[in-house]
Amino acid sequence: MTWDWSAVGDFMPRFWDGLLVTLQALVVGSLISFALGLVWALLMRAPSRWVRWPVGMVTEFIRNTPLLVQLFFLFFVLPEWNITFSALTTGAIALGLHYSTYTMQVYRAGIEAVPAGQWEAATALSLPVRRTWTAVVLPQAIRRVVPALGNYVIAMLKDTPMLMTITVLDMLGQARLFSQQQFQFTEPLTVIGVAFILISYPASLLIRALERRLVR
Amino acid sequence: MTTGLWELVLKGIWVTVQLLVLSALLATAVSFVVGVARTHRRRVVRFLAGLYTEVFRGTSALIMIFWVFFVLPVAFGWQLVQMWAAVLALGLTYGAYGAEIVRGALNSVDPAQREGGIALSFTPWQRMRLILLPQAVPEMIPSFSNLLIELLKGTALVSIIGMGDLAFSGNLVRLALQESAQIYTYILLIYFVIAFVLTRLMRALERRLKAGIGRAPQPAVSKTELRRPETAGVGAGAGDGAL
Repeated sequence: MTWDWSAVGDFMPRFWDGLLVTLQALVVGSLISFALGLVWALLMRAPSRWVRWPVGMVTEFIRNTPLLVQLFFLFFVLPEWNITFSALTTGAIALGLHYSTYTMQVYRAGIEAVPAGQWEAATALSLPVRRTWTAVVLPQAIRRVVPALGNYVIAMLKDTPMLMTITVLDMLGQARLFSQQQFQFTEPLTVIGVAFILISYPASLLIRALERRLVR
Repeated sequence: MTTGLWELVLKGIWVTVQLLVLSALLATAVSFVVGVARTHRRRVVRFLAGLYTEVFRGTSALIMIFWVFFVLPVAFGWQLVQMWAAVLALGLTYGAYGAEIVRGALNSVDPAQREGGIALSFTPWQRMRLILLPQAVPEMIPSFSNLLIELLKGTALVSIIGMGDLAFSGNLVRLALQESAQIYTYILLIYFVIAFVLTRLMRALERRLKAGIGRAPQPAVSKTELRRPETAGVGAGAGDGAL
């Protein structure tokens, strides 16, 4: 096995560029998934089954099919419908959409974990439905779900390399470009592999700490 | 779509199914070995098993696949057959997630059961085989079912390095026909059908195993959602056990 430190040195500037792109996709994707997941979760509590049923079907479908194919779908099909985004935006939207079907379940569990007495108290105080949600239920539910949402952010981080396939130059995209130009595969791939562990392991420790503080 | 193109898609389905079955077998083996090792008496064994799960859950599955395909041959001179390289990368990665499921289920067995085994002077291996696993395995099935779906979605990643699976055949057909919307919808539907069949099979398996120890299957999943970090995405984040 040959390890060439100078190749690592050459790769580092590109690595930082790639990391920046990865983090951008991650932040936008997370925000989309948090917002959209809440929308799905609330729609699933709608009184009419004509709302619940289609929403359930669509989210189930998105959750059980590969993100990779969804990426291709958005990347190749949206332009056919005359909607054009940059590759990075498309990637972030796909990530957010895919993970919103997971965060939706997290929100649902969080809402169900709010004790029934809270709902009854809101009814007894004759709070309007809107106030019940915004002032009573959601603040308690969201506090509980923060760690679980954090887990999905880490999961999303580990899915960002897929964005490489739609020409986004994230960490893996940069590594592949570098390998093709310099014919050195070992170093860039190992560097980004280690980088992922270095980011995701401390992040998971952080979430475990959050869980201890928030969930009780 | 012409019949020739459909044949291409069928071949893709076959490759995906092969990949799924083989890597599921490898992942199951890995998760039981590593998961049981994480409850071992010796600290060293627990540490090594923990290190394994953290490393393989820490990186992305796609990067593991790239590593097995491009670094192993160059760095160590091991050139694996495409299928086995992909199975190795997927099995090892998803096995790490499975190990957390096995460990969690083993830890959730009532401690009195283990103590009973000790009192009856069972050997550790007998305790594991006759007392702990029969009670823990049915509890694992819902989580393993989720993980299996994640694995199915993960198999699509091998198309990136040029293996002719379902996603890859979809790309080929798109190049031939330039009808992206239609083709990708078909491909997504096929994946969905496979996932649907898998969840049904796993549910039937759960019912059988639970009937074997006299319990009813769990009705809902959402109760466990807040405490279920193991099966998210291609890589979930934290489990609740450090190294």
